[in-house]
Amino acid sequence: MLIKNAPDLHSSEITDRRLYLNRRDFLRTAAGGAAAAAGGLAVAVGASATLAAQAAPHGRKLATVPSPLSTTSEKLNTWEQITTYNNYYEFGMDKAAPARYAKALRTEPWSVAIEGECAKTGTMNLEDVLKGETLEERVYRLRCVEAWSMVIPWIGFPLANLVRKCEPTSKARFVEFYTLADRRQMPGLVDPVLNWPYLEGLRMDEAMHPLTILAVGLYGEVLPNQNGAPIRLVVPWKYGFKSAKSIVRIRFVERQPINSWQASAAQEYGFYSNVNPTVNHPRWSQASERRIGEFFHRKTLMFNGYGDQVASLYAGMDLRRNY
Amino acid sequence: MNANQVVRRILKPAAFLAGLTPAIWLVWAAFTGHLSVNPLSDITNTTGIWTLRLLCVTLAITPLRRLTGWNALIRFRRMAGLFAFFYGTLHFLTYVIADRFAGLDFPDGIVALSTVRNLAASIGRDIYERPFITIGFAALTCMAPLAATSTAGMIRRLGGRRWQALHRLVYACAILGVAHYWWLVKVDLRPPQRYAAVVAVLLGARVWWAWARTPAPIRAGAVTRL
Repeated sequence: MLIKNAPDLHSSEITDRRLYLNRRDFLRTAAGGAAAAAGGLAVAVGASATLAAQAAPHGRKLATVPSPLSTTSEKLNTWEQITTYNNYYEFGMDKAAPARYAKALRTEPWSVAIEGECAKTGTMNLEDVLKGETLEERVYRLRCVEAWSMVIPWIGFPLANLVRKCEPTSKARFVEFYTLADRRQMPGLVDPVLNWPYLEGLRMDEAMHPLTILAVGLYGEVLPNQNGAPIRLVVPWKYGFKSAKSIVRIRFVERQPINSWQASAAQEYGFYSNVNPTVNHPRWSQASERRIGEFFHRKTLMFNGYGDQVASLYAGMDLRRNY
Repeated sequence: MNANQVVRRILKPAAFLAGLTPAIWLVWAAFTGHLSVNPLSDITNTTGIWTLRLLCVTLAITPLRRLTGWNALIRFRRMAGLFAFFYGTLHFLTYVIADRFAGLDFPDGIVALSTVRNLAASIGRDIYERPFITIGFAALTCMAPLAATSTAGMIRRLGGRRWQALHRLVYACAILGVAHYWWLVKVDLRPPQRYAAVVAVLLGARVWWAWARTPAPIRAGAVTRL
Protein backbone atom coordinates (compact mmCIF):
# COMPACT_ATOMS: atom_id res chain seq x y z
CA MET A 1 0.00 0.00 0.00
CA LEU A 2 2.96 2.26 0.54
CA ILE A 3 3.87 1.83 -3.10
CA LYS A 4 0.77 3.84 -4.04
CA ASN A 5 2.45 6.93 -2.69
CA ALA A 6 5.60 6.30 -4.66
CA PRO A 7 4.94 7.30 -8.25
CA ASP A 8 8.62 7.51 -9.17
CA LEU A 9 9.27 3.95 -8.10
CA HIS A 10 9.20 1.43 -10.96
CA SER A 11 7.82 -2.00 -10.31
CA SER A 12 11.19 -3.37 -11.44
CA GLU A 13 12.79 -1.63 -8.50
CA ILE A 14 10.56 -3.33 -5.99
CA THR A 15 12.28 -6.20 -4.31
CA ASP A 16 10.58 -9.51 -4.85
CA ARG A 17 8.55 -10.33 -1.75
CA ARG A 18 10.19 -13.71 -1.23
CA LEU A 19 13.62 -12.19 -1.53
CA TYR A 20 12.53 -9.44 0.86
CA LEU A 21 11.33 -11.93 3.45
CA ASN A 22 14.55 -13.91 3.18
CA ARG A 23 16.73 -10.82 2.92
CA ARG A 24 19.00 -11.70 5.81
CA ASP A 25 19.82 -15.09 4.34
CA PHE A 26 20.39 -13.43 0.99
CA LEU A 27 22.74 -10.90 2.55
CA ARG A 28 24.59 -13.48 4.54
CA THR A 29 25.14 -15.58 1.45
CA ALA A 30 26.20 -12.58 -0.59
CA ALA A 31 28.56 -11.31 2.08
CA GLY A 32 29.96 -14.78 2.72
CA GLY A 33 30.53 -15.28 -1.01
CA ALA A 34 32.29 -11.96 -1.37
CA ALA A 35 34.54 -12.66 1.55
CA ALA A 36 35.32 -16.17 0.37
CA ALA A 37 36.22 -14.77 -3.04
CA ALA A 38 38.54 -12.29 -1.42
CA GLY A 39 40.04 -15.19 0.47
CA GLY A 40 39.89 -12.96 3.50
CA LEU A 41 40.45 -13.59 7.14
CA ALA A 42 37.66 -13.85 9.65
CA VAL A 43 38.02 -10.12 10.23
CA ALA A 44 37.38 -9.49 6.54
CA VAL A 45 34.11 -11.40 6.76
CA GLY A 46 32.87 -8.94 9.35
CA ALA A 47 33.99 -5.97 7.30
CA SER A 48 32.50 -7.08 4.00
CA ALA A 49 29.26 -8.12 5.66
CA THR A 50 28.95 -4.55 6.90
CA LEU A 51 29.70 -3.12 3.46
CA ALA A 52 27.18 -5.42 1.84
CA ALA A 53 24.61 -4.44 4.44
CA GLN A 54 25.02 -0.80 3.49
CA ALA A 55 25.08 -1.22 -0.25
CA ALA A 56 22.30 -3.73 -0.82
CA PRO A 57 18.61 -3.05 -0.54
CA HIS A 58 16.97 -4.73 2.44
CA GLY A 59 13.31 -4.23 1.88
CA ARG A 60 10.96 -2.09 -0.10
CA LYS A 61 11.98 1.43 -0.95
CA LEU A 62 9.86 4.37 0.07
CA ALA A 63 9.57 7.59 -1.87
CA THR A 64 10.56 10.41 0.44
CA VAL A 65 11.37 14.08 0.49
CA PRO A 66 14.11 15.60 2.63
CA SER A 67 13.09 17.68 5.63
CA PRO A 68 14.55 20.97 6.87
CA LEU A 69 13.99 19.62 10.39
CA SER A 70 16.67 16.94 9.92
CA THR A 71 19.83 16.93 12.01
CA THR A 72 22.48 17.17 9.34
CA SER A 73 25.64 17.91 11.28
CA GLU A 74 26.31 14.37 12.50
CA LYS A 75 27.35 11.08 10.96
CA LEU A 76 24.55 8.56 10.53
CA ASN A 77 24.69 5.24 12.30
CA THR A 78 24.75 2.29 9.93
CA TRP A 79 21.80 0.14 8.97
CA GLU A 80 23.42 -2.73 10.86
CA GLN A 81 23.82 -0.69 14.05
CA ILE A 82 20.25 0.58 13.92
CA THR A 83 18.68 -2.79 13.20
CA THR A 84 20.65 -5.19 15.43
CA TYR A 85 20.78 -3.27 18.72
CA ASN A 86 17.22 -2.73 19.85
CA ASN A 87 15.24 -2.38 23.03
CA TYR A 88 11.92 -3.99 22.19
CA TYR A 89 11.06 -6.10 25.22
CA GLU A 90 8.05 -7.70 23.57
CA PHE A 91 10.61 -9.76 21.68
CA GLY A 92 12.98 -10.33 24.60
CA MET A 93 15.24 -8.28 26.81
CA ASP A 94 18.49 -8.95 25.02
CA LYS A 95 19.46 -6.21 22.53
CA ALA A 96 19.82 -8.85 19.82
CA ALA A 97 16.48 -10.55 20.53
CA PRO A 98 14.26 -8.19 18.49
CA ALA A 99 16.32 -8.69 15.32
CA ARG A 100 16.10 -12.44 15.87
CA TYR A 101 12.44 -12.84 16.79
CA ALA A 102 10.63 -9.91 15.19
CA LYS A 103 11.00 -11.37 11.69
CA ALA A 104 7.86 -13.41 12.29
CA LEU A 105 5.75 -10.35 13.10
CA ARG A 106 2.94 -9.88 10.59
CA THR A 107 2.63 -6.19 9.78
CA GLU A 108 0.07 -6.60 6.98
CA PRO A 109 -2.79 -6.05 7.37
CA TRP A 110 -2.43 -3.50 10.17
CA SER A 111 -4.93 -1.22 11.75
CA VAL A 112 -4.87 1.39 14.47
CA ALA A 113 -7.78 1.87 16.87
CA ILE A 114 -8.63 5.52 17.50
CA GLU A 115 -10.33 6.00 20.85
CA GLY A 116 -11.25 8.45 23.56
CA GLU A 117 -11.87 12.18 23.42
CA CYS A 118 -12.13 12.70 19.67
CA ALA A 119 -14.79 12.93 17.01
CA LYS A 120 -13.43 10.26 14.68
CA THR A 121 -13.21 7.19 16.92
CA GLY A 122 -12.99 3.85 15.20
CA THR A 123 -10.46 1.71 13.44
CA MET A 124 -8.14 3.04 10.76
CA ASN A 125 -6.30 0.81 8.35
CA LEU A 126 -2.68 1.71 7.95
CA GLU A 127 -3.50 2.80 4.41
CA ASP A 128 -5.93 5.38 5.79
CA VAL A 129 -3.42 6.56 8.36
CA LEU A 130 -0.96 7.21 5.54
CA LYS A 131 -3.48 8.63 3.07
CA GLY A 132 -2.42 12.03 1.81
CA GLU A 133 0.82 12.05 3.78
CA THR A 134 4.11 13.01 2.18
CA LEU A 135 6.80 10.82 3.66
CA GLU A 136 9.77 12.87 4.84
CA GLU A 137 13.24 11.79 5.75
CA ARG A 138 13.90 13.03 9.28
CA VAL A 139 17.42 12.50 10.58
CA TYR A 140 17.27 12.59 14.36
CA ARG A 141 19.51 11.77 17.28
CA LEU A 142 18.12 8.99 19.42
CA ARG A 143 19.22 9.04 23.06
CA CYS A 144 18.47 5.92 25.07
CA VAL A 145 17.90 6.28 28.81
CA GLU A 146 20.71 3.69 29.14
CA ALA A 147 23.23 6.38 28.07
CA TRP A 148 23.90 5.30 24.49
CA SER A 149 22.80 7.09 21.35
CA MET A 150 22.51 6.84 17.59
CA VAL A 151 21.73 9.09 14.63
CA ILE A 152 18.90 7.62 12.57
CA PRO A 153 17.41 8.65 9.20
CA TRP A 154 13.75 7.96 9.93
CA ILE A 155 11.03 8.10 7.28
CA GLY A 156 7.73 9.41 8.51
CA PHE A 157 5.22 12.23 8.75
CA PRO A 158 4.14 14.61 11.52
CA LEU A 159 1.97 13.01 14.18
CA ALA A 160 0.04 16.30 14.20
CA ASN A 161 -1.46 15.39 10.80
CA LEU A 162 -3.01 12.21 12.18
CA VAL A 163 -4.16 13.96 15.35
CA ARG A 164 -6.01 16.53 13.24
CA LYS A 165 -7.69 13.77 11.22
CA CYS A 166 -9.01 12.35 14.50
CA GLU A 167 -10.54 15.69 15.53
CA PRO A 168 -9.79 15.59 19.26
CA THR A 169 -12.27 17.33 21.55
CA SER A 170 -11.40 20.06 24.04
CA LYS A 171 -11.15 17.38 26.72
CA ALA A 172 -8.22 15.72 24.96
CA ARG A 173 -5.19 16.92 26.92
CA PHE A 174 -2.98 13.87 26.45
CA VAL A 175 -2.51 11.13 23.86
CA GLU A 176 -1.81 7.50 24.71
CA PHE A 177 -0.03 5.09 22.39
CA TYR A 178 -0.32 1.33 22.79
CA THR A 179 2.07 -1.20 21.29
CA LEU A 180 0.81 -4.51 19.94
CA ALA A 181 0.76 -7.25 22.58
CA ASP A 182 0.24 -10.53 20.76
CA ARG A 183 1.60 -13.53 22.63
CA ARG A 184 1.60 -15.70 19.53
CA GLN A 185 3.95 -13.35 17.73
CA MET A 186 5.93 -11.79 20.57
CA PRO A 187 7.85 -14.28 22.72
CA GLY A 188 8.96 -11.64 25.23
CA LEU A 189 5.40 -11.11 26.47
CA VAL A 190 5.56 -14.26 28.62
CA ASP A 191 7.90 -12.32 30.93
CA PRO A 192 5.89 -9.96 33.12
CA VAL A 193 8.71 -7.39 33.22
CA LEU A 194 6.48 -4.48 32.17
CA ASN A 195 2.72 -3.90 32.09
CA TRP A 196 1.68 -5.18 28.69
CA PRO A 197 0.53 -3.79 26.39
CA TYR A 198 3.31 -1.21 26.39
CA LEU A 199 1.84 2.23 26.97
CA GLU A 200 3.40 5.59 26.28
CA GLY A 201 1.91 9.04 26.28
CA LEU A 202 2.45 12.65 25.25
CA ARG A 203 0.92 15.92 26.27
CA MET A 204 -1.20 17.34 23.43
CA ASP A 205 1.25 20.14 22.63
CA GLU A 206 4.11 17.60 22.50
CA ALA A 207 2.06 15.43 20.16
CA MET A 208 1.33 18.42 17.90
CA HIS A 209 4.95 19.58 17.81
CA PRO A 210 6.40 19.51 14.28
CA LEU A 211 9.41 17.43 15.43
CA THR A 212 7.15 14.60 16.63
CA ILE A 213 6.63 12.07 13.87
CA LEU A 214 5.09 8.71 13.17
CA ALA A 215 7.81 6.71 11.43
CA VAL A 216 7.18 3.99 8.86
CA GLY A 217 10.71 3.58 7.55
CA LEU A 218 14.40 4.26 7.89
CA TYR A 219 17.23 4.66 5.41
CA GLY A 220 14.65 5.16 2.66
CA GLU A 221 13.12 1.73 3.22
CA VAL A 222 10.17 0.17 5.00
CA LEU A 223 10.76 0.03 8.75
CA PRO A 224 12.28 -3.31 9.85
CA ASN A 225 10.08 -5.13 12.37
CA GLN A 226 12.63 -4.89 15.18
CA ASN A 227 12.51 -1.10 14.89
CA GLY A 228 8.77 -0.98 15.48
CA ALA A 229 7.13 -1.76 12.14
CA PRO A 230 4.83 -0.93 10.63
CA ILE A 231 4.30 2.38 12.44
CA ARG A 232 5.97 3.90 15.48
CA LEU A 233 6.35 7.13 17.32
CA VAL A 234 9.59 9.15 17.22
CA VAL A 235 10.01 11.99 19.72
CA PRO A 236 13.64 13.03 19.34
CA TRP A 237 14.00 15.21 22.44
CA LYS A 238 12.85 12.46 24.80
CA TYR A 239 14.54 9.25 25.90
CA GLY A 240 14.02 6.47 23.40
CA PHE A 241 11.47 4.52 25.43
CA LYS A 242 8.91 7.32 24.92
CA SER A 243 8.76 6.46 21.22
CA ALA A 244 6.28 3.57 21.27
CA LYS A 245 6.69 0.91 18.58
CA SER A 246 4.22 -1.06 16.46
CA ILE A 247 1.28 1.11 17.48
CA VAL A 248 -2.19 -0.51 17.44
CA ARG A 249 -4.14 1.94 19.54
CA ILE A 250 -4.18 5.71 19.98
CA ARG A 251 -6.36 7.17 22.72
CA PHE A 252 -7.10 10.80 23.53
CA VAL A 253 -7.49 11.31 27.26
CA GLU A 254 -8.05 14.04 29.81
CA ARG A 255 -5.63 12.80 32.46
CA GLN A 256 -1.89 12.31 32.31
CA PRO A 257 -1.22 8.65 31.45
CA ILE A 258 0.94 6.39 33.59
CA ASN A 259 3.33 5.06 30.97
CA SER A 260 4.66 1.50 31.32
CA TRP A 261 8.12 2.49 32.55
CA GLN A 262 6.71 4.88 35.11
CA ALA A 263 4.40 2.12 36.35
CA SER A 264 7.41 -0.17 36.63
CA ALA A 265 9.70 2.24 38.54
CA ALA A 266 8.27 5.71 39.13
CA GLN A 267 11.37 6.96 40.99
CA GLU A 268 13.51 6.19 37.93
CA TYR A 269 11.27 6.93 34.94
CA GLY A 270 8.79 9.77 34.77
CA PHE A 271 6.10 10.84 32.35
CA TYR A 272 8.06 13.56 30.57
CA SER A 273 11.41 11.75 30.20
CA ASN A 274 12.97 14.65 28.35
CA VAL A 275 16.66 14.11 27.64
CA ASN A 276 18.32 16.13 30.38
CA PRO A 277 22.03 15.95 31.23
CA THR A 278 21.48 17.69 34.57
CA VAL A 279 19.01 15.17 35.98
CA ASN A 280 20.66 11.83 36.55
CA HIS A 281 19.00 8.47 36.56
CA PRO A 282 19.14 7.35 40.22
CA ARG A 283 21.72 4.71 39.31
CA TRP A 284 23.74 6.30 36.56
CA SER A 285 24.74 9.66 35.14
CA GLN A 286 22.88 11.16 32.17
CA ALA A 287 25.55 13.82 31.63
CA SER A 288 27.23 11.92 28.81
CA GLU A 289 26.50 9.15 26.37
CA ARG A 290 28.21 6.63 24.12
CA ARG A 291 27.34 7.17 20.47
CA ILE A 292 27.16 3.63 19.09
CA GLY A 293 30.31 3.09 17.05
CA GLU A 294 32.39 5.55 19.05
CA PHE A 295 34.73 4.98 21.99
CA PHE A 296 34.89 8.34 23.72
CA HIS A 297 31.68 9.56 25.30
CA ARG A 298 29.83 12.64 24.07
CA LYS A 299 28.29 15.23 26.32
CA THR A 300 24.54 14.74 26.38
CA LEU A 301 22.71 17.82 25.11
CA MET A 302 19.69 19.39 26.83
CA PHE A 303 16.54 18.11 25.08
CA ASN A 304 18.94 15.96 23.05
CA GLY A 305 20.03 19.07 21.15
CA TYR A 306 16.48 20.11 20.17
CA GLY A 307 16.12 22.75 22.90
CA ASP A 308 15.73 25.63 20.43
CA GLN A 309 12.56 24.03 19.11
CA VAL A 310 11.06 22.46 22.24
CA ALA A 311 12.30 24.23 25.39
CA SER A 312 9.33 26.63 25.27
CA LEU A 313 6.95 23.69 25.81
CA TYR A 314 8.30 23.40 29.33
CA ALA A 315 8.67 27.05 30.26
CA GLY A 316 8.16 27.52 33.99
CA MET A 317 8.22 23.79 34.72
CA ASP A 318 10.59 22.27 37.26
CA LEU A 319 12.29 19.64 35.11
CA ARG A 320 13.96 18.16 38.15
CA ARG A 321 10.55 17.15 39.49
CA ASN A 322 8.97 16.50 36.11
CA TYR A 323 11.72 14.15 34.90
CA MET B 1 48.25 -43.47 35.36
CA ASN B 2 47.01 -43.46 38.90
CA ALA B 3 44.17 -41.23 40.08
CA ASN B 4 46.57 -38.53 41.20
CA GLN B 5 48.16 -38.35 37.78
CA VAL B 6 44.78 -38.24 36.04
CA VAL B 7 43.90 -35.17 38.09
CA ARG B 8 47.25 -33.51 37.52
CA ARG B 9 47.84 -34.27 33.87
CA ILE B 10 44.35 -34.38 32.42
CA LEU B 11 41.66 -32.89 34.63
CA LYS B 12 43.54 -29.82 35.82
CA PRO B 13 44.69 -28.72 32.35
CA ALA B 14 41.14 -29.34 31.13
CA ALA B 15 39.71 -27.21 33.94
CA PHE B 16 42.26 -24.48 33.17
CA LEU B 17 41.19 -24.41 29.52
CA ALA B 18 37.56 -24.36 30.54
CA GLY B 19 38.24 -21.38 32.79
CA LEU B 20 39.92 -19.51 29.96
CA THR B 21 37.16 -20.26 27.46
CA PRO B 22 34.99 -17.20 28.19
CA ALA B 23 38.01 -14.91 27.74
CA ILE B 24 39.05 -16.67 24.53
CA TRP B 25 35.47 -16.49 23.26
CA LEU B 26 35.35 -12.75 23.97
CA VAL B 27 38.58 -12.08 22.06
CA TRP B 28 37.43 -14.24 19.15
CA ALA B 29 33.97 -12.64 19.09
CA ALA B 30 35.40 -9.13 19.27
CA PHE B 31 37.64 -9.74 16.25
CA THR B 32 35.07 -11.54 14.13
CA GLY B 33 32.13 -9.21 14.66
CA HIS B 34 30.16 -11.59 16.87
CA LEU B 35 29.62 -9.01 19.58
CA SER B 36 26.84 -6.46 19.34
CA VAL B 37 27.38 -2.97 17.93
CA ASN B 38 28.07 -1.89 21.53
CA PRO B 39 30.96 -4.30 22.19
CA LEU B 40 32.27 -2.54 25.29
CA SER B 41 28.95 -3.15 27.01
CA ASP B 42 29.11 -6.85 26.00
CA ILE B 43 32.62 -7.21 27.42
CA THR B 44 31.58 -5.56 30.68
CA ASN B 45 28.55 -7.84 31.05
CA THR B 46 30.33 -11.05 30.07
CA THR B 47 33.32 -10.57 32.38
CA GLY B 48 30.98 -9.59 35.22
CA ILE B 49 28.70 -12.59 34.89
CA TRP B 50 31.67 -14.99 34.69
CA THR B 51 33.12 -13.53 37.87
CA LEU B 52 29.87 -14.41 39.62
CA ARG B 53 29.66 -17.85 38.03
CA LEU B 54 33.21 -18.74 39.05
CA LEU B 55 32.60 -17.51 42.58
CA CYS B 56 29.66 -19.91 42.69
CA VAL B 57 31.85 -22.73 41.35
CA THR B 58 34.46 -21.96 44.01
CA LEU B 59 31.82 -22.03 46.73
CA ALA B 60 30.29 -25.25 45.35
CA ILE B 61 33.46 -27.29 45.66
CA THR B 62 33.35 -27.99 49.41
CA PRO B 63 29.64 -28.94 49.46
CA LEU B 64 30.14 -31.16 46.40
CA ARG B 65 33.14 -32.83 48.01
CA ARG B 66 31.10 -33.59 51.11
CA LEU B 67 28.18 -34.92 49.14
CA THR B 68 30.16 -37.05 46.70
CA GLY B 69 33.10 -37.97 48.88
CA TRP B 70 35.39 -37.15 45.94
CA ASN B 71 38.16 -35.39 47.84
CA ALA B 72 40.26 -34.59 44.77
CA LEU B 73 37.74 -31.82 44.04
CA ILE B 74 39.52 -29.62 46.57
CA ARG B 75 42.45 -29.44 44.17
CA PHE B 76 40.34 -27.34 41.78
CA ARG B 77 39.22 -24.79 44.32
CA ARG B 78 42.19 -22.46 44.08
CA MET B 79 42.00 -22.44 40.28
CA ALA B 80 38.29 -21.59 40.32
CA GLY B 81 38.89 -18.81 42.83
CA LEU B 82 41.77 -17.34 40.84
CA PHE B 83 39.70 -17.41 37.66
CA ALA B 84 36.93 -15.55 39.50
CA PHE B 85 39.50 -12.92 40.45
CA PHE B 86 40.84 -12.87 36.89
CA TYR B 87 37.39 -12.12 35.41
CA GLY B 88 36.63 -9.67 38.22
CA THR B 89 39.83 -7.79 37.37
CA LEU B 90 38.97 -7.78 33.63
CA HIS B 91 35.50 -6.52 34.53
CA PHE B 92 36.96 -3.68 36.59
CA LEU B 93 39.51 -2.79 33.89
CA THR B 94 36.77 -2.69 31.24
CA TYR B 95 34.81 -0.33 33.47
CA VAL B 96 37.89 1.84 34.05
CA ILE B 97 38.65 2.08 30.33
CA ALA B 98 35.23 2.06 28.66
CA ASP B 99 33.20 3.85 31.30
CA ARG B 100 35.61 6.18 33.12
CA PHE B 101 38.53 6.85 30.74
CA ALA B 102 36.25 7.19 27.70
CA GLY B 103 34.16 9.74 29.57
CA LEU B 104 37.02 12.05 30.53
CA ASP B 105 37.79 15.49 29.18
CA PHE B 106 41.34 15.82 27.96
CA PRO B 107 42.28 19.48 28.51
CA ASP B 108 46.01 18.79 28.00
CA GLY B 109 45.67 16.00 25.43
CA ILE B 110 45.34 12.30 26.19
CA VAL B 111 48.96 11.66 27.13
CA ALA B 112 49.24 13.99 30.09
CA LEU B 113 49.56 13.88 33.84
CA SER B 114 46.13 15.49 34.15
CA THR B 115 44.62 12.46 32.41
CA VAL B 116 45.90 10.14 35.16
CA ARG B 117 44.73 12.54 37.84
CA ASN B 118 41.29 13.03 36.27
CA LEU B 119 40.88 9.28 35.75
CA ALA B 120 41.67 8.55 39.40
CA ALA B 121 39.29 11.30 40.50
CA SER B 122 36.57 10.02 38.17
CA ILE B 123 36.86 6.45 39.48
CA GLY B 124 36.98 7.62 43.09
CA ARG B 125 33.93 9.83 42.70
CA ASP B 126 31.98 7.09 40.95
CA ILE B 127 32.77 4.53 43.66
CA TYR B 128 31.69 7.06 46.25
CA GLU B 129 28.52 8.25 44.47
CA ARG B 130 26.97 5.16 42.94
CA PRO B 131 26.05 2.46 45.46
CA PHE B 132 26.18 -0.45 43.04
CA ILE B 133 29.69 0.57 41.97
CA THR B 134 30.68 0.88 45.64
CA ILE B 135 29.50 -2.66 46.27
CA GLY B 136 31.16 -4.09 43.16
CA PHE B 137 34.42 -2.43 44.07
CA ALA B 138 34.16 -3.77 47.62
CA ALA B 139 33.66 -7.29 46.26
CA LEU B 140 36.78 -7.03 44.11
CA THR B 141 38.74 -5.52 46.99
CA CYS B 142 37.79 -8.51 49.15
CA MET B 143 39.02 -10.90 46.47
CA ALA B 144 42.45 -9.32 46.12
CA PRO B 145 43.96 -10.55 49.43
CA LEU B 146 42.58 -14.03 48.74
CA ALA B 147 44.31 -14.16 45.38
CA ALA B 148 47.51 -12.81 46.92
CA THR B 149 47.54 -15.49 49.63
CA SER B 150 46.56 -18.37 47.38
CA THR B 151 50.05 -19.91 47.08
CA ALA B 152 51.27 -22.87 49.15
CA GLY B 153 53.98 -20.62 50.55
CA MET B 154 51.44 -18.10 51.82
CA ILE B 155 49.31 -20.83 53.40
CA ARG B 156 52.42 -22.03 55.26
CA ARG B 157 53.41 -18.55 56.33
CA LEU B 158 49.93 -17.64 57.56
CA GLY B 159 49.24 -20.99 59.18
CA GLY B 160 46.24 -23.10 58.23
CA ARG B 161 43.83 -21.69 60.77
CA ARG B 162 44.55 -18.03 60.04
CA TRP B 163 44.59 -18.68 56.30
CA GLN B 164 41.22 -20.35 56.51
CA ALA B 165 39.76 -17.50 58.56
CA LEU B 166 40.99 -14.96 55.98
CA HIS B 167 39.59 -16.98 53.09
CA ARG B 168 36.11 -16.95 54.60
CA LEU B 169 36.07 -13.47 52.97
CA VAL B 170 34.98 -15.30 49.83
CA TYR B 171 31.50 -15.52 51.37
CA ALA B 172 31.39 -11.72 51.50
CA CYS B 173 32.65 -11.52 47.90
CA ALA B 174 29.77 -13.70 46.69
CA ILE B 175 27.13 -11.77 48.62
CA LEU B 176 28.50 -8.39 47.49
CA GLY B 177 28.78 -9.67 43.92
CA VAL B 178 25.14 -10.71 43.82
CA ALA B 179 24.06 -7.39 45.42
CA HIS B 180 26.08 -5.50 42.78
CA TYR B 181 24.29 -7.39 40.00
CA TRP B 182 20.86 -7.02 41.65
CA TRP B 183 21.26 -3.28 41.98
CA LEU B 184 22.31 -2.54 38.42
CA VAL B 185 19.56 -4.52 36.66
CA LYS B 186 17.09 -2.26 34.86
CA VAL B 187 13.87 -4.19 35.20
CA ASP B 188 14.16 -7.99 35.13
CA LEU B 189 15.34 -9.12 38.57
CA ARG B 190 15.10 -12.82 37.82
CA PRO B 191 18.71 -13.38 36.70
CA PRO B 192 20.25 -11.81 39.85
CA GLN B 193 17.63 -13.67 41.90
CA ARG B 194 18.87 -16.95 40.46
CA TYR B 195 22.43 -16.14 41.52
CA ALA B 196 21.18 -15.07 44.93
CA ALA B 197 19.41 -18.43 45.30
CA VAL B 198 22.55 -20.38 44.33
CA VAL B 199 24.72 -18.41 46.74
CA ALA B 200 22.11 -18.80 49.48
CA VAL B 201 22.07 -22.58 49.05
CA LEU B 202 25.87 -22.81 49.00
CA LEU B 203 26.27 -20.66 52.11
CA GLY B 204 23.22 -22.24 53.76
CA ALA B 205 24.78 -25.68 53.36
CA ARG B 206 27.79 -24.48 55.36
CA VAL B 207 25.64 -23.06 58.11
CA TRP B 208 23.70 -26.31 58.23
CA TRP B 209 26.81 -28.45 58.43
CA ALA B 210 28.39 -26.21 61.04
CA TRP B 211 25.24 -26.50 63.12
CA ALA B 212 24.93 -30.28 62.63
CA ARG B 213 28.53 -30.85 63.68
CA THR B 214 27.93 -29.23 67.08
CA PRO B 215 26.38 -31.85 69.35
CA ALA B 216 22.87 -30.70 70.06
CA PRO B 217 21.97 -30.36 73.75
CA ILE B 218 18.84 -32.48 73.35
CA ARG B 219 20.97 -35.40 72.16
CA ALA B 220 23.24 -35.07 75.17
CA GLY B 221 20.14 -35.19 77.34
CA ALA B 222 18.90 -38.27 75.57
CA VAL B 223 22.21 -40.02 76.26
CA THR B 224 22.12 -39.29 80.02
CA ARG B 225 18.58 -40.55 80.27
CA LEU B 226 19.71 -43.88 78.94
